[in-house]
Amino acid sequence: MLFRIYRYDPDKDAKPYTKEYEIELRSTDRMLLDALTRIKEMDDSLSLRRSCREGVCGSDAMNINGKNGLACITPLAGLKSPVDLRPLPGLPVIRDLIVDMSQFFKQYHSVKPYLVNEEPAPDTERLQSPKDRDQLDGLYECILCACCSTSCPSFWWNPDKFVGPAGLLQAYRFLADSRDQSTSQRLDNLEDPYRLFRCHSIMNCVDVCPKGLNPTKAIGKIKDMLVKRMV
Amino acid sequence: MSYPIRKFDAVIVGAGGAGLRAALQLSEAGCKVAVLSKVFPTRSHTVAAQGGVGAALANMGEDSWHWHMYDTVKGSDWLGDQDAIEFMCREAPKSVIELEHFGMPFDRNDNGSVYQRPFGGHMQNFGAGPPSQRSCCAADRTGHAMLHTLYQRNVRSNTHFFVEWMALDLIRDESGQAIGVTAMEMETGEVVIFHSKAVLFATGGAGRVYASSTNAFINTGDGLGIVSRAGIPLEDMEFWQFHPTGVSGAGVLITEGVRGEGGYLLNKDGERFMERYAPNAKDLASRDVVARAMATEIKDGRGCGDESDHVLLKLDHLGEDLIESKLPGIREIAKKFANVDPVKDPIPVVPTCHYMMGGIPTNYRGEVVAPNGDDKEAIVPGLFAAGECACASVHGANRLGTNSLTDLLVFGKSSGNSTVEFLKQNVTHKDLPRDAGELTRERLERLNNQTNGESVAEVGAALRQTMQKNCGVFRFPDLLVNGVAEIQEVEQRVMRTEIGDKSKVFNTARIEALELDNLIEVAMASLVSAEARKESRGAHDRADYAERDDQNWLKHSLWFKEENRLDYKPVHMDPLTAETIEPKVRTY
Repeated sequence: MLFRIYRYDPDKDAKPYTKEYEIELRSTDRMLLDALTRIKEMDDSLSLRRSCREGVCGSDAMNINGKNGLACITPLAGLKSPVDLRPLPGLPVIRDLIVDMSQFFKQYHSVKPYLVNEEPAPDTERLQSPKDRDQLDGLYECILCACCSTSCPSFWWNPDKFVGPAGLLQAYRFLADSRDQSTSQRLDNLEDPYRLFRCHSIMNCVDVCPKGLNPTKAIGKIKDMLVKRMV
Repeated sequence: MSYPIRKFDAVIVGAGGAGLRAALQLSEAGCKVAVLSKVFPTRSHTVAAQGGVGAALANMGEDSWHWHMYDTVKGSDWLGDQDAIEFMCREAPKSVIELEHFGMPFDRNDNGSVYQRPFGGHMQNFGAGPPSQRSCCAADRTGHAMLHTLYQRNVRSNTHFFVEWMALDLIRDESGQAIGVTAMEMETGEVVIFHSKAVLFATGGAGRVYASSTNAFINTGDGLGIVSRAGIPLEDMEFWQFHPTGVSGAGVLITEGVRGEGGYLLNKDGERFMERYAPNAKDLASRDVVARAMATEIKDGRGCGDESDHVLLKLDHLGEDLIESKLPGIREIAKKFANVDPVKDPIPVVPTCHYMMGGIPTNYRGEVVAPNGDDKEAIVPGLFAAGECACASVHGANRLGTNSLTDLLVFGKSSGNSTVEFLKQNVTHKDLPRDAGELTRERLERLNNQTNGESVAEVGAALRQTMQKNCGVFRFPDLLVNGVAEIQEVEQRVMRTEIGDKSKVFNTARIEALELDNLIEVAMASLVSAEARKESRGAHDRADYAERDDQNWLKHSLWFKEENRLDYKPVHMDPLTAETIEPKVRTY
């Protein structure tokens, strides 16, 4: 199988280039990450992040044949050869397939992604009905891989001002939590022409999410909450 | 040329569950703490834990921490320290409640309380049964939910993270006190001395010493390598847990929660074979017992598939609704890595290296202890450890499912508290020794200047094969002796690894070479300790010594890198307040 991989090492390369690698697939090479691990054994200068190799840590997000995804859960069998691999779009490249995710995490942090409940903590758990708990499904599972935000044109244009789909999904995860008491501050924090309203429902985020989550829907719900608050 | 120095009150190495939990104690106490992590905190391996965290909340029926303690001692095959086990089981409910208050999205019962599922080895009535529902969970993504919750709480507490920094070596002063670490910023390759008053290791496991492992690539035992190079022993390293249900071929974990929810194992005859090995607990026996039973079935020709090399985990009878609500992640994994939809077909599984029971010796307060003169457990001042990298020892010879998350919550917090206390008593920084950073410099220069060496991938593969072949579920005297000799050869090769990539920028080849320096210490400690222990206990099962031998071996192993030697220390049989649980025959 032929791979065409974006390469750039600022320590020695004047500019980025594409390098081709041809490898014979083995029966044990199931996922794209297996192939990349083999390529790295041939050329140890190829740099990428990876850890859990099962789609839960969010390290190995990259642009695979034009679409963002996780290398570790992308089956080789489903890929068209040659396989074009590039770093996630829209973020500064540190080296090869490794991007600088500072802006992405800054936006995540900006939504105050933690439960706020100032009441004195009881001796037991705070009760939550199964129905209320169900509201968190499809939200808390986010792995912060950035596939969504880096596929979003609005995030490309305004990564410093638009929270982006990942951050907004987490903003809604806390808005939707029956235990959280910070609803109005959370909404104040998002009521802004850029932070929330740069989302134009293009839905690239939904298309690429490796966990099958739906940030656009969550963003719609935040917008609903803002509308309801006005009337 | 000396490395630049940055000063903090404390340095925490590792930002998984234990490191994050410890960091909260320090941040909230107002200490200036640096948390170093090779990966962004939510990418740590705690994220992969599935089935739940054990705590006797008694939400599902009667339960008590005494029963949890009994199960843990029995699960450990009496090698666990009973003071630490009591502490963990007693603190567990508080720790879980606290986590819920932090925002953890636990599954719920109709009355709004936290849902708990059954898990292997957890029983009511001091082991008599029936099974206890003690595992608090968030579907089958408990570790993910926990890790994110703990990270989020640290965001709230403004914890200072150094993301993608790899710690390299420990700095101790002449008295032996831990006063800092060297660490490399991966993005720039720059090495910095973190000068502190205390150091806390929470670097997780080292399952990557085996060829087949449920562990993430980052689980390379960095904390263990670092402390062993600094003269501190590693405890009980012969005890490795093989999780019964790794996906055959891929190694990816399938939670024991599947069996907790009612799934069971089948051999090629369609027989539910665990009934023969553990008549009472059946598929919910301890992991060592189930893994051995599976390996025996496969060895005796009752394995499934063309190669008869796995058994089947059946759960289709649970129904799609339950699988979707309680085990959705498993369904996803089975589809992706085994090509089966468990709603219809069983999952092919094999015992797979999963957890390191041994580690850096600590007491239940998370203080690192090592022999000093006559004292086998002298406190190493300024040094703390928690989570999988530590050996408190609560897991002894075999860990119960759910107790890893319990361990990291309880001991993450207690080690954090101990560190805060230590900082109150030790307000000034001790002077750095003149040679601070020298070991790191030697290692990096050796690697940069190596010629005619071998690739890290080749030597790493040899290391993993040596462990896989000689130190598996069943252990044989000739293989253990052979394994020690082989790993000594591998050690020579590790000292001559060569990297092609010499770039300063995010050089993952260099990182992998430095990780191999840590893996070799872990592998050496494991094989040497395993070869020496002439009994079968928990996960250490020897063909030539089939029985547990309390007379001679009810003791912890301590491996020292220097001279590759072993020492031993007694097991703590006295709990803090409860009565001693006396050793007896262990059946399920």
